[in-house]
Amino acid sequence: MENIVTQIQGVPLNHYIIFCSIMFAIGVTGVLIRRNVIIIMMSIELMLNAVNLLLAAFSAYRGDPAGQVFVFFIMALAAAEVAVGLAIIIMVYRNTKSVDVESLSKLRW
Amino acid sequence: MGAIITLGILGIVVLYLGLFKAKNALIPVTLLGLVVTLGFLVGEWNSEAFPLFHGMVIFDRLALSFSVLCVVITGFIILLSKEYFKHVSTYLSEYFSLIIFSLMGALLVNAYHNFAMLFIGIEVMSVALYILVGIRKTDLASNEAALKYFLMGAFSTGFLLFGITLLYGASGTFDLGELQAYVQTSSEISPLFYGGVLLLLCALCFKVGAAPFHFWTPDVYDGAPILITSYMSTVVKVASFVGFLRLFSMVLVPLHDFWTPVLLTIIIITLFVGNITALLQASFKRMMAYSSISHAGYMLFAIVSIGVTSASGMLVYATAYSLASVVAFGALIIVKRSTGSENFESFNGLAKREPMLALVLTIAMLSLAGIPLTAGFMGKFMMFNNVMGTYNITLLILAVINAAIGVYYYLHVVVNMYFRKPEEEVAEQHIPASYKFVLVVAAASTLIIGVYPDSILSFFF
Repeated sequence: MENIVTQIQGVPLNHYIIFCSIMFAIGVTGVLIRRNVIIIMMSIELMLNAVNLLLAAFSAYRGDPAGQVFVFFIMALAAAEVAVGLAIIIMVYRNTKSVDVESLSKLRW
Repeated sequence: MGAIITLGILGIVVLYLGLFKAKNALIPVTLLGLVVTLGFLVGEWNSEAFPLFHGMVIFDRLALSFSVLCVVITGFIILLSKEYFKHVSTYLSEYFSLIIFSLMGALLVNAYHNFAMLFIGIEVMSVALYILVGIRKTDLASNEAALKYFLMGAFSTGFLLFGITLLYGASGTFDLGELQAYVQTSSEISPLFYGGVLLLLCALCFKVGAAPFHFWTPDVYDGAPILITSYMSTVVKVASFVGFLRLFSMVLVPLHDFWTPVLLTIIIITLFVGNITALLQASFKRMMAYSSISHAGYMLFAIVSIGVTSASGMLVYATAYSLASVVAFGALIIVKRSTGSENFESFNGLAKREPMLALVLTIAMLSLAGIPLTAGFMGKFMMFNNVMGTYNITLLILAVINAAIGVYYYLHVVVNMYFRKPEEEVAEQHIPASYKFVLVVAAASTLIIGVYPDSILSFFF
C-alpha cells in the first residue's frame, strides 16, 4: 500500500487535475454531440471514472482514506445506475428497433 | 433515524406482498408504514439534533420538517394511485416499493451531513424514478421520458461528483461541519473550491429543473404517468431544494459574493423561460411542467437571499406548491379519464359536471398563481420579503412581472371550467372516495395556511 501511495505521489498533483479535467470534458462532449445511446452511456462512464481517478489521487496526496472509500460508493452506484439504464435502453429498443436518440421524438426535446 | 430504516424495510415488505399476490394489502401496508415513519419523524422533534453515524446524517428541524412534508405528500399520492395504476401497469407492488425507496432517498437528501449521503440519497431517489417514469413499457412517450430522464440524471450526477471531488481536493473532507470550518477559518481558499462550487451549482440546478438546465423537465413530466409526474414535481423537487439550501446555508454563506451573481442570472432566466413557455402550451400537463420550472425560480429566492428566514419561507412555499400540484394532477386524472385528453379544452364546462372538483381545482390554481387567502400567496410573500431584506429591487420587479404572467395561464383553466361549454357531451364520471378525500384535504389545508400561516410556522420553527 505504501508503495502504491508513493508511486501515485510520483506524478505531480496538477497533472492529475489537468488529466482528469480533460477526461471529464471529453465525457461531457461525448454526451452532448453523440446520438447513439450506448456511446452516450460510455461517455457518462468516462465522466464518472475521471472523478474516481481524481478522488484516488487527492486521497493519496492527503493520506486520507475517505476519498478512496468514496470511489467505492461511486462504483457501486454507477453499476446500479447502468443496470437500470441498460434495461431502459432494451425497453426502448424493443419498441423502436433503434438505439438512436433521434428515433425518439414524440415529445419535443 | 428510525424513519429511514422503516422506509427501507417497508419497501422490501411491499415487494414480498407482491410476490405472495396480496394485492389488496398493498395500500394499507404502505400507508401504515408511512404513518410509522411520520411517527418516528415527529418523535425526534424535541430531541437535540447532532450528526449520527460518524457525521453521515443529521435530523435537525430543517430535515424533520421537510421530511414530514415529503412523507405526507407521498401518502396523498399513494391514496390517489388506488384507482389509477390498474389502468397503467400490472406491476403494482413494484410500483409502490419503488415509490417508497425513492422517498427514502429524498429523506436522505433532506438530512445529509456528508457529501457521501447527498450522493447516495440523490441516486437512490433518481434510480427508482427512472424505472417509475418508464413503467408503461409499451408506451413510446413513457419510454422516451424514461430514457431522457436517465441520460440527463446520470449526466448531472457526473457534475455533482466532479464538484464534490474538487471540494474534497481543496479542503480534504466530505463532512459539512468540517467544510464549514474550512471556509470560515482558512486564510486563502483554493481555486479548486470555487470550481467545485460552480459544478455543484450546475448539478443541483439540473436536479431542481432550473433554466438553463431545465430542458429535460417538460418532456419527462409530459411523458411520465400523471401520478409519477406529480411525485417528481413535488417530493423530488422539494428534497433537491433542501439539499441545495443545506449546502448553501451551512457551508457557502461566507462565499456569498462569489455565487450570488451566478444564481441571480439563473433565477432570472428560469423565471422568464418557465413563465413565457408556459403561456404557449396547449396541454395542461405540459403547462404544469413549465410552471414547475418557474416555481423552481421562486424557490431559489430563498437561497439567493439566504438568512435565518430562508428555511421557513421555503417550507411555506414548498408546502403550498406541493399541495396545489397534488390537487391539480389529481383533477387532471379524473378529467383525462372522462374526456381522454390533457388539453385545456377538456376542462370546458367542468363546473357544471363536477362543481366540487372545479372548486378545489380553482383553489389550487389560485394558490399556484399566488392570489391572497391561499397558501401560495403566503409563500410568494415570504420569498419576496426575503429578497426585499437584501435590497435586491431589480430581482423583485422582474419577479412581480413574472407572477403577473403566471396569473394569466393559471386562470385560463379556471375560465375554461366556469365559462366555456364543452364541444360534445361528456359522460358523468364517478369520483372515487379516496380522490375526494385527498383533493378536499389538500385544498382545505391550502386555504388554512393561506389564512393562518402561523399554523405551520409556529409549529415548525
